[in-house]
Amino acid sequence: MIDPIFLLEAAVNGVLLGGVLALLALGLNLIFGVVDIVWIAYVDLVMVCMYLVYFLVMVYGWPLWLAGALSVALGALLGLGVHLLIITPILGKAPVNQLLATGGLLFFLQSFATFLWTTDHKTVRLALPILEVGGMFLSFTRLIAFAISLVAMLGLWVFLRRTYIGTAIRAVSQDREAMALMGADPQRVYFVTSAVGGAMAGLAGALLIIQYSVHPFFGAAFGPLTFMICVLGGLGNMVGAFVASFVMSEIISIGGVVISTEMGYVIAFVVFIVMMFARPGGILARRG
Amino acid sequence: MLELRRVTAGYGHFTALWDITLRVEAGEAVAVVGPNGSGKTTLMRVISGLVAARTGELVFESDSLAGRRAHEIVSHGIAHVPEGRRIFPLLTVADNLKMGAFQPSARKGFAESLVRVYDLFPVLRERQKQRAGSLSGGEQQMLAIGRALMSRPKLILLDEPSMGLAPVMVLRLFDLIRRVREEGYTILVVEQNVRQVLKLVDRAYLLEVGRIRMEGRAAELSEQDFVRKAYVGL
Repeated sequence: MIDPIFLLEAAVNGVLLGGVLALLALGLNLIFGVVDIVWIAYVDLVMVCMYLVYFLVMVYGWPLWLAGALSVALGALLGLGVHLLIITPILGKAPVNQLLATGGLLFFLQSFATFLWTTDHKTVRLALPILEVGGMFLSFTRLIAFAISLVAMLGLWVFLRRTYIGTAIRAVSQDREAMALMGADPQRVYFVTSAVGGAMAGLAGALLIIQYSVHPFFGAAFGPLTFMICVLGGLGNMVGAFVASFVMSEIISIGGVVISTEMGYVIAFVVFIVMMFARPGGILARRG
Repeated sequence: MLELRRVTAGYGHFTALWDITLRVEAGEAVAVVGPNGSGKTTLMRVISGLVAARTGELVFESDSLAGRRAHEIVSHGIAHVPEGRRIFPLLTVADNLKMGAFQPSARKGFAESLVRVYDLFPVLRERQKQRAGSLSGGEQQMLAIGRALMSRPKLILLDEPSMGLAPVMVLRLFDLIRRVREEGYTILVVEQNVRQVLKLVDRAYLLEVGRIRMEGRAAELSEQDFVRKAYVGL
């Protein structure tokens, strides 16, 4: 029998992991909800941002917060670039083109990263303590990453609820044409959405590089998980994605402690498949 | 105020409108009536820029609208209440109205416009925090019209405002449109409910398979045998 304290520790670690996963899922889902295109290469953009932080901090000696800020900016730029160069030409075309184009970007980024930076795992080591709370050992790094994720998501929520352009982003995801009749240039709304989604990838990159090492295939590790969360929460459904992030991270974390790390992922994927039969519209989908 | 001269438009190889010439004077209410598939909705979409005219001229207050896209046309003072209402169902009533005032010139007068819309449609004030999708059909149509008014338009395009509404609601809605008119807005309305709409407007055009077949003062038109038999059902 496993000591309950390990289970509790796993549950807390699951919450901490869920925060960063939610950041990824919300960024991807935001873009999907508005532009109606799934960026297959989304987590590969995160990977590029992780490399940026790695080089700035470990090679050029920048302070982490500054490198992180630059990572957010790079993410936003990448988001704009992807929209302008890859998405705009295929808007309104057959869905398979979206898959091929953004999937092609994925292979391009992986190969490009392998070519430039080799397949070595690269890590930013932070000399932050491990906290002991009531017999549980919690990484301070993860706590900080979690807190920053939450603040960022709160910021996103305020942006989408309170500002004209944020509300317009939600409106466009419901009726693109009606929003054009309100005077919003759909292209401009897409730009803002892609930049915001990209900035979230940049922030996620900065928060992930202090917990995991980066390599060209980082996207292959976190990409499928991010898609699963988006689908589980209901594609385009922001609240659903947020909830689904924590469901998945808890399964991975607790399953990992009870059985084994690998089995944690296996269980998560099985749960995903079962849920797709039980609630194909996502966990928060309204029935009927 | 609005003038279309020999406008032709369509989708792909299909031509929906042939040689349409039409005008709306400031302060007027004008109807376009005709059977299903006669091109009424396409006509509205051409004016608001959702569909590009192939040939012909569109002039609004001496500005040419040719080649303008929908989001640019709103700022000229034309608000389109589309067929099927097209409100944002997951946004609140208040957020829907906020989106109506999206363009910068409308944002300045937001508070004032909001009071005006709420006074015109008090039910929207009561339900401002509700999701728009939870409103009844009639209330959704009021919201769609209110949202259009938020852009501070001079001309309002109404596409089938009575569609899908219960008969009692249709009468109320026409009363409300009359009140909107009395506020000084110019109205171009497309309707299947010919009898009701001819009571509301000054002039009307009869559209059939993409061409204007007849035009005239509403009272005269409703007296004509052809219109009576074919559309009014008397």
